[in-house]
Amino acid sequence: MEGLKNFFATKGGIIFVGLVIGVLAPVLQKLGNPPNMGICVACMERDIAGALGLHRASVVQYMRPEIIGFVLGAFLSALAFKEYRPRGGSAPFIRFILGIFAMIGALVFLGCPWRTLLRLAGGDGNAIFGLLGLIFGIWVGTRFLKAGYTLGRTQTSASKATGLAFPLLMLGFLILLLIDPQPEGEPKGMLLFYSIKGPGSQHAPLFISLGVAMLIGILAQRSRFCTMGAFRDLLLFKQGHLFLGVAAFFLSAWITNIILGQFNPGFEKQPIAHTMQIWNFLGMTLAGLAFVLAGGCPGRQLFMSGEGDADAAIFASGMIVGAAIAHNFGLASSPAGIGPNGAIATIVGLIICVIIGLTMRRR
Amino acid sequence: MAEIVDARGLSCPEPVLLTLETIKKLGKGEIEILVDTDTSKENVSRAAQSMGWQILKIVEEEKGYKITIKKD
Repeated sequence: MEGLKNFFATKGGIIFVGLVIGVLAPVLQKLGNPPNMGICVACMERDIAGALGLHRASVVQYMRPEIIGFVLGAFLSALAFKEYRPRGGSAPFIRFILGIFAMIGALVFLGCPWRTLLRLAGGDGNAIFGLLGLIFGIWVGTRFLKAGYTLGRTQTSASKATGLAFPLLMLGFLILLLIDPQPEGEPKGMLLFYSIKGPGSQHAPLFISLGVAMLIGILAQRSRFCTMGAFRDLLLFKQGHLFLGVAAFFLSAWITNIILGQFNPGFEKQPIAHTMQIWNFLGMTLAGLAFVLAGGCPGRQLFMSGEGDADAAIFASGMIVGAAIAHNFGLASSPAGIGPNGAIATIVGLIICVIIGLTMRRR
Repeated sequence: MAEIVDARGLSCPEPVLLTLETIKKLGKGEIEILVDTDTSKENVSRAAQSMGWQILKIVEEEKGYKITIKKD
């Protein structure tokens, strides 16, 4: 167990994890997930918001087992390796706000950092602008970190149960999904909402998605895989450890896409993408900045939630609420372009994140 | 007397930032860094080594780890 523990902290370990995730994501796509969306933490949390009826965008409603699996896999891994540690209380409401704006930014672009790389690995040139925006947003965030930005210390919780809340919520979602499956061709089960067309209707078989996501949850919990941290550490410390994992993830996804016939280079008519490049850039600038200020990419926030981090759970909850806001008020983009209020929401989000960056400082 | 950096409870990448700030300030000597997660323990150790500091010892404490690093 100790040897395994150390392996994942090495260069070889993080590269191995990146390679494995890079193969699994396009395979999930082959098995039914939407195009270039084998894994997209933002899109999948948005689908969960839809399944719960928090928004009623009929094409994006599905209780995605990948999100559930990420949290439960990380939870089991943290338990097995004695890293489960219930904690919380580091500026929770600020983290909730950051989660909301991270999601709004991601839905203006149409993808989280994971999907940015998967879109690129599938040949979607528009993702270049998203990636540049992500890197720029992260760079802005590192300026705040250098100037003493902090959300303050988290506290170890008195009760072990505190950290169980989010994993238990995910278990509850899984039970709901199992007892309330989609009636053939219907948009609603007993409780859950489903899509009968669009990305929400496209999914790999439930148990394959769940199993793959739990495996990724375990590997990412062990290795601390973080798509935002990869660029942040390069920009801030010139340290490439996490970047090696993300580079491996991109390369293996690209090669897997070529093998599976899923690599279609170009800018026009890319799946679940638009060509308004300034908003692709600025949407991901907002998301990248929010991820830095909250200390992790959306995947990493889920893995930390599984380790008992209630602050990360609050950020993830903020993202789910952010998805509801984005779809209820016309902020989310579609293949036709940005939503009617997407531009103003992005600018408001950037202003609020900059204010948070400037005001939350070490005294 | 070793300089002490208390990075317990801080989000990523603050423990590494504080450690690197202290490394820069001291140039050489001994630093004790307190962290409360395995992730921070790994990140701080990796950052210290990349700056040419040696990990003297890592002691598990009630609320995390004490990492002692040194440069002559």
